[in-house]
Amino acid sequence: MSQQFGNITWVNGPVIRARGSRDVSMLEQVEVGDERLVGEIIGLNGDSITIQVYEETTGMRPGAPVFGTGLPLSVELGPGLLRSIYDGIQRPLPIIERETGSFIDRGVHMNPLDRIEHWSYNPILKEGEQVKGGEILGTVQETENFEHRIMVPPNVSGTLTWVAPAKKYTIDEVIARVKTERGERELTMIQRWPVRRLRPYKARLGQNIPLITGQRVLDMLFPVSKGGTAAIPGAFGAGKTVTQHSIAKWADADIVVYIGCGERGNEMTEVLQEFPHLIDPRNGRPLMERTVLIANTSNMPVAAREASIYTGITIAEYFRDMGYHVALMADSTSRWAEALREVSGRLEEMPAEEGYPAYLAARLAEFYERAGYVETLNGKQGSISVIGAVSPPGGDFSEPVTQHTKRYIRCFWALDKSLASARHFPSINWLESYSEYTEDVAGWWREKVGQDWLKMRNHAVELLSEESRLSQIVKLVGPDALPDEQRLVLETSRIIREGFLQQNAMDNIDAYSDIHKQIAMMNLMLHFHERAERIIKRGANIGTIHALPIVNVLIRMKEQIPNNELEKLDDIRKTLDEQMDQLEAEYR
Amino acid sequence: MNQSTNQLTDWGIQEVSGVGRVEGPIVVVERAGNVGYDEVVEVIDSQGRMRRGRVLEVGEKMAVVEVFSGTSGLTIDGTHIRFLGQSLHIPVAEEMLGRIFDGTGNPIDGGPQPLASTFADINGQPINPTSRVYPRDYIQTGISAIDGMNTLVMGQKLPLFSGAGLPHDQLAAQIVRQATLGSPAGESPKQAQQFAIVFAAMGVKHDVAEYFRNAFAESGALTRVAMFLNLADDPPVERLVTPRAALTLAEYLAFDRQMHVLVVLTDMTNYCEALRQISNVRGEVPSRKGYPGYLYSDLASLYERTGRVKTSEGSITQIPILTMPSDDITHPVPDLTGYITEGQIVLGRNLNHQNIYPPISVLPSLSRLMKDGIGAGHTRGDHSHLSAQLYAAYAHMQDVRSLASVIGEEELGAVDQQFLKFGRAFEREFVGQSPTENRTIEQTLDLGWKLLSMLPKEELTRVSPDEIKRYYKEPHDTN
Repeated sequence: MSQQFGNITWVNGPVIRARGSRDVSMLEQVEVGDERLVGEIIGLNGDSITIQVYEETTGMRPGAPVFGTGLPLSVELGPGLLRSIYDGIQRPLPIIERETGSFIDRGVHMNPLDRIEHWSYNPILKEGEQVKGGEILGTVQETENFEHRIMVPPNVSGTLTWVAPAKKYTIDEVIARVKTERGERELTMIQRWPVRRLRPYKARLGQNIPLITGQRVLDMLFPVSKGGTAAIPGAFGAGKTVTQHSIAKWADADIVVYIGCGERGNEMTEVLQEFPHLIDPRNGRPLMERTVLIANTSNMPVAAREASIYTGITIAEYFRDMGYHVALMADSTSRWAEALREVSGRLEEMPAEEGYPAYLAARLAEFYERAGYVETLNGKQGSISVIGAVSPPGGDFSEPVTQHTKRYIRCFWALDKSLASARHFPSINWLESYSEYTEDVAGWWREKVGQDWLKMRNHAVELLSEESRLSQIVKLVGPDALPDEQRLVLETSRIIREGFLQQNAMDNIDAYSDIHKQIAMMNLMLHFHERAERIIKRGANIGTIHALPIVNVLIRMKEQIPNNELEKLDDIRKTLDEQMDQLEAEYR
Repeated sequence: MNQSTNQLTDWGIQEVSGVGRVEGPIVVVERAGNVGYDEVVEVIDSQGRMRRGRVLEVGEKMAVVEVFSGTSGLTIDGTHIRFLGQSLHIPVAEEMLGRIFDGTGNPIDGGPQPLASTFADINGQPINPTSRVYPRDYIQTGISAIDGMNTLVMGQKLPLFSGAGLPHDQLAAQIVRQATLGSPAGESPKQAQQFAIVFAAMGVKHDVAEYFRNAFAESGALTRVAMFLNLADDPPVERLVTPRAALTLAEYLAFDRQMHVLVVLTDMTNYCEALRQISNVRGEVPSRKGYPGYLYSDLASLYERTGRVKTSEGSITQIPILTMPSDDITHPVPDLTGYITEGQIVLGRNLNHQNIYPPISVLPSLSRLMKDGIGAGHTRGDHSHLSAQLYAAYAHMQDVRSLASVIGEEELGAVDQQFLKFGRAFEREFVGQSPTENRTIEQTLDLGWKLLSMLPKEELTRVSPDEIKRYYKEPHDTN
């Protein structure tokens, strides 16, 4: 299917130029040289064609042939995506391993989806029915809990002239025929879609449902909505990856797409080895069964790193179109921006800030705008929440990628190196972080938990910011100079910091906090503050409050009360009240 | 390993007389047809002397070549360029252990060329993430600040971030000397695992190279060390090849010969400066501090050549050393390194001034792979909580210390005074140890508990009540 259209004239790393046909199109996928390395056309100038190559170009020489495919860079979509691990241009890494061993060779061509496996297909639509793009033709039970909905490709509509009976099929067997205006089309379970073009939907909807992550600092203080966008910037060692992993594990999404973009190989291996053994608390199935991994590690070719983000979000859109809620993690968008910069530099484009190309902001916007909560073409509701890690050089948030990202996201989880140094994890700084979704999701909490989440949240944030102001004073004059009421703010904030905000991702009980547990814990801590405040007003000193045994209980309850034994929190409340009553009696 | 199949793919040798332009370490060759990107060349000057280089960019009838040993003495018309038709390969063999090579892999110890049946491409190939084995076996270095707080795991890349004048060489030598495959606390060590050591020096001083050679010799390790030396007065461009040559040998030993290999790379800052030099000469768009935009990818192509794979019992553990210019951890070299490596050991000038060896600044140090390499079955069940508690207590102590410097120690509350005492003891007894002291993991962990016992129990919220019961020593016990 590929035809030679020209010959190489110049090679510089991942960027090559060729001369040849004027008939090739911008962003067309091409194959370069006799090894047929995968590339993409990124510039046309008369008969000179600029190509970025997704593999190492060592040994590539002028004169070598270049082949066109006539198609833009695309991904394959269909049953078999789940549990997969792909490189940046959707080549299946386990199959590459089988073919070329532990090291990745060049010029390997593989089908992203398995052509041999038979899937048991159940048709829904019948012969003679009118269909439009996006409609659900039938279903495949891809995993025990996941129904893969086979859709009519978005650009096809017409009358169904034939429908395959319920049976097992491979993904390239015909399952339906559609008579369209331009003749009859055969449909299989597989779709191809260009990665740089967003998949269509009917309408964007509001974002009122939080994406529950089981991470207390996120769910309680800085929630992201389903369909929302969030960024996690942080210096190295601040805990970006651990936070991303925790969200990938525990978020209440139907599907998780995890893009390891220019990061460490061992981290992807960790996910690969850990996820099959981790059990989803909601349905008791291994987490791997809802996960798609894209791994383009830092030592893999840089241009494919640029593509990996688009590959990932296109797969996410496909699942969204079926009416599912998808969480997409991109770790790290800075590496993706650097790949843009590297290619731009080799093209000798005029740089804007810090060598990044002037179109950096536009590309970031394009990416984050593919998130959203939508009504799909088939009338269902689906969403993509995008959570992008940012790795600012030197941990300095004023650099271009962080700054431009901030313009397109609505939730900012600032990681703090000094918290990480004190092993306060997740090291999300509660003063610098923000979420614009808090008001939007407050209604959901009221409905689900029946408590005023927003009021509690705001109270906790007030205490914490008061603490930060007070600790400036403490640094100068010591805590003893403060009145006891203010020292109580320090004490309650300490309890909130250590007992609530800190969460141990390695602890079996603490790694995931149910929403009811979260709200009950926060309630208890605020209740403690309220009662203690009253006693202090009557003249008790802070030392007696600090010495109450309940303080340690409050700090430890996160890892001692499992999600399914929340009634024990009522006992803690009783104990708290008893101890407070006793104290109160002394100061009557 | 696949690289053994990477035989000399013969693209044909061709020779060109005369070059178009010479600038710094770069030669632009005109009239060169059919040259491959990244191909090796031999540059022969008018006296017939040969030096090597490689192709950085090719066009039709044009090639840009970097010359490893510099361009002095080259003339426009009198220079011959021979394109060898393949990328840079070096011979690899087990018998290269015990030998000394220059920065591009030629023996400089007076011995013969190593007999090798395998030639491997120095660029290597990326390890497939699905083929990796997640590192879980810890390495006991005998140094408490590492074993206890930032445990090194076999297959990890853990750099030393240092500064000029700090004892990073001494520490690296101590790690190399004492490193053994760890075993759970209290159990006798598994059969003494000897690491093969691959040492690459980039632009280091003669006496530093000599120091390492002596250190290896004294510990009797010399026969299992391969040294690749590019010294400070050697050509900078050659530095770009040195770590790659070293890692190519390491990969062969680990993945073809099933050995456990420790790779020490020093000093990465010099390497990065050489990269910047070439980039500047080529007129590339710089990013931060004049370093090229691809510095991250380039460093990753070195650091990621670490780990374990399913097809081999062997492993590569990397300890790169870098000196932070003016101790600035946000400088591009440490910064990008930290984003790639699995943690970092940071040396601090303050501790060094207090004569504490090794002066490891515990708070900014980190080992990312520690969490899976410690605990019951690896080190001891309480290790993870213990180290988190030591971190938290030591971090709190820093706040107390800065408060004390304002209001004076006497004004501190009783508990804070205890923290201050704890902090001092932690620095002197836990972090500090002698360059020859080799502590077992059990000694390190017990020492940690002894120090924690200086604090009131109620302050220890990171360790569990059971652990406190088991390990905490009541004040009267410790006296």
